Amino acid sequence: MSAVTEAPVVLARPDPRSLPGETGMVERPRRRFMPFDPWHLFLAPLAVVMLLPLMWMVVTSLETQAQTFHFPPILWPGTLRFENFANVIRESEFGTWFWNTTVVTVTIVLSNLVLCTLAAYAFARIRFLGRGVIYFVLLATLMVPLQVVLIPTFLIVKDLGLLDRLGALIVPHLASVFGIFMLTQFFRTLPIELEEAARIDGASRLSILVRIVVPLSLPALATLAVIQFMWTWNEFLWPLVTILTNQSAFTLQLGLATFQGAHQSQWHFVAAANIMSMVPILVLFLLAQRYFVRGIATQGLKG
Amino acid sequence: MARVVFDGVTKVYPGAVIAVEDLTLEVADAEFLILVGPSGCGKSTALRMVAGLERISEGTITIGDRVVNDVPPKDRDIAMVFQNYALYPHMTVERNLGFGLRRRRTPRDDVRQRVDEVSRMLGLDELLRRRPGQLSGGQRQRVAMGRALVREPEVFLLDEPLSNLDAKLRVQMRSELKRLHDRIGVTTIYVTHDQVEAITLGERIAVLSEGVLQQVGPPQDVYDHPANVFVAGFIGSPPMNLLRGRATGGRITVGEVELVDPQVPEGEVLVGIRPEGLRPVGEDHAGPVFEVCVDVVEPLGDEVLVHGSIEGPVADVRSRAEDEALLADDEGDRARVTLRLPPEERPKPGSRLRAAIAQHTVRLFDPATGLAIRPR
Repeated sequence: MSAVTEAPVVLARPDPRSLPGETGMVERPRRRFMPFDPWHLFLAPLAVVMLLPLMWMVVTSLETQAQTFHFPPILWPGTLRFENFANVIRESEFGTWFWNTTVVTVTIVLSNLVLCTLAAYAFARIRFLGRGVIYFVLLATLMVPLQVVLIPTFLIVKDLGLLDRLGALIVPHLASVFGIFMLTQFFRTLPIELEEAARIDGASRLSILVRIVVPLSLPALATLAVIQFMWTWNEFLWPLVTILTNQSAFTLQLGLATFQGAHQSQWHFVAAANIMSMVPILVLFLLAQRYFVRGIATQGLKG
Repeated sequence: MARVVFDGVTKVYPGAVIAVEDLTLEVADAEFLILVGPSGCGKSTALRMVAGLERISEGTITIGDRVVNDVPPKDRDIAMVFQNYALYPHMTVERNLGFGLRRRRTPRDDVRQRVDEVSRMLGLDELLRRRPGQLSGGQRQRVAMGRALVREPEVFLLDEPLSNLDAKLRVQMRSELKRLHDRIGVTTIYVTHDQVEAITLGERIAVLSEGVLQQVGPPQDVYDHPANVFVAGFIGSPPMNLLRGRATGGRITVGEVELVDPQVPEGEVLVGIRPEGLRPVGEDHAGPVFEVCVDVVEPLGDEVLVHGSIEGPVADVRSRAEDEALLADDEGDRARVTLRLPPEERPKPGSRLRAAIAQHTVRLFDPATGLAIRPR
């Protein structure tokens, strides 16, 4: 933990705002040798390192199978084989996987937005017996690793008769403790006067939630939606455990795994399918990012 | 229109914190009553109990003919303006104004008509399409007022509505508020910690301290005849000068000065004199005169405040700690006093000044209880 909480390392650099007297000597503005910040010398290579795997994946998706096994890796193939993408769609059940994943993800995101909002509002604003204890217990479940609950959850899903069906992927994740926690904390920051004013104006609890709290919580809700979308879209272990034989219930991640056999892996197809499966997340992120700014909740206050 | 009656109202917060204690007060129909007191005196809590935002621990609050202790806020027919305005930031001014009416399922045309009326009355018609974030402080304040007015409530509750405005705007809005009340005549309870606002706005003011009602009355009465030392110190700026004295045989001795009061009971008394009750006189003045040693002179344009000290005894007076703090600061055997003089009088700091006491302005308090002796 300490690595996370420690302040980031900052190279010693004179603060241009510090007064001359503070260091005991007069500081002159430093002569600039470079037209950019020296930090960029460190950051730019780092960015290249980060982008390299992505680039490699793009390149791989455009190669022949033989080229993918070449060593050293070919980073610029002579001909670009865009037909890899068409082949993935034609020769596998890519459409079905994509549709299944979309159904599962959209259902889970929507139900999380609704259920977590309701629960979080109750925790944030309604006084009821045992509120603190229940909240604490809920939070405590965040500390339990997935491996611990994997088998019990599997047994429950099995008893519900959901194995091998999309329901097995959806039902256990309809609401998330993380979502409740995040929204509760956000709702607590909203000015209580807005809700009091609405109460006097004649709004019911539900009306206050729908008309005042939710519109003011769009940044938090958008964040939750994107996080939940990414988690669900990329989930591999749980579908692997619960979708046993029914190929028509495969998700994208399960489908992608079928390109990797015990004896042979079709890396060019893996890469092409992976790129296609990333598109929805990128689109969602671009759409949602305008909400990732400071909320407007305090703009109706004061002068 | 309705009257509001507090009957023995007490509010106890968890942890046995008493915010309001046994408050009994009647606000007449169409009256403009000010609840005033220092911060933490329970005035906002009292207001919030009328609104239904706080539960009442003991006693009853009646609006009109109905005890409202268990009536939810929306059914009390009240409207409230919050200190921070609490405008809905994601709605336009028009939707803010109409929110309450729409929640009450008022027909759409009626909502539009009411919103139009009120926005014209408050000069908001140009701003209807804007959101609160695009308004100035004064405009937001007006929208908050409008949102309350639009519903035509029985009772209007205002919680320090002007405290976030700059000084100039505050004075302007103060007179606007008064005009507005004269025009619509709704029972209004107005909470403020600003005693100038209290005196200028209210038909009656109710002074609270530590949850306890100290005095109720027309502002001038409260100013002229404070019921106790707290009110004497709180209402009026600068506050009343409070000096320690001793009464024997119808004479009160304050330092070297003797005041005549045939009815005063024997013993220690606190002598209260308003800053304007002291005026400079020449050497030949016959009546009782303080020798004031001038420290600081504050010319305010229309008047001059003179802070100084007089010869005064430091008596061991038993009184509540907060009252003690109100007493004129004693430095050794000198007591601090403040004089309010006309602008042409400009004594020099360090000089001496003879100040005559306008005897009819002198108020006496019992040092043991802090209560006024012979209140009106």
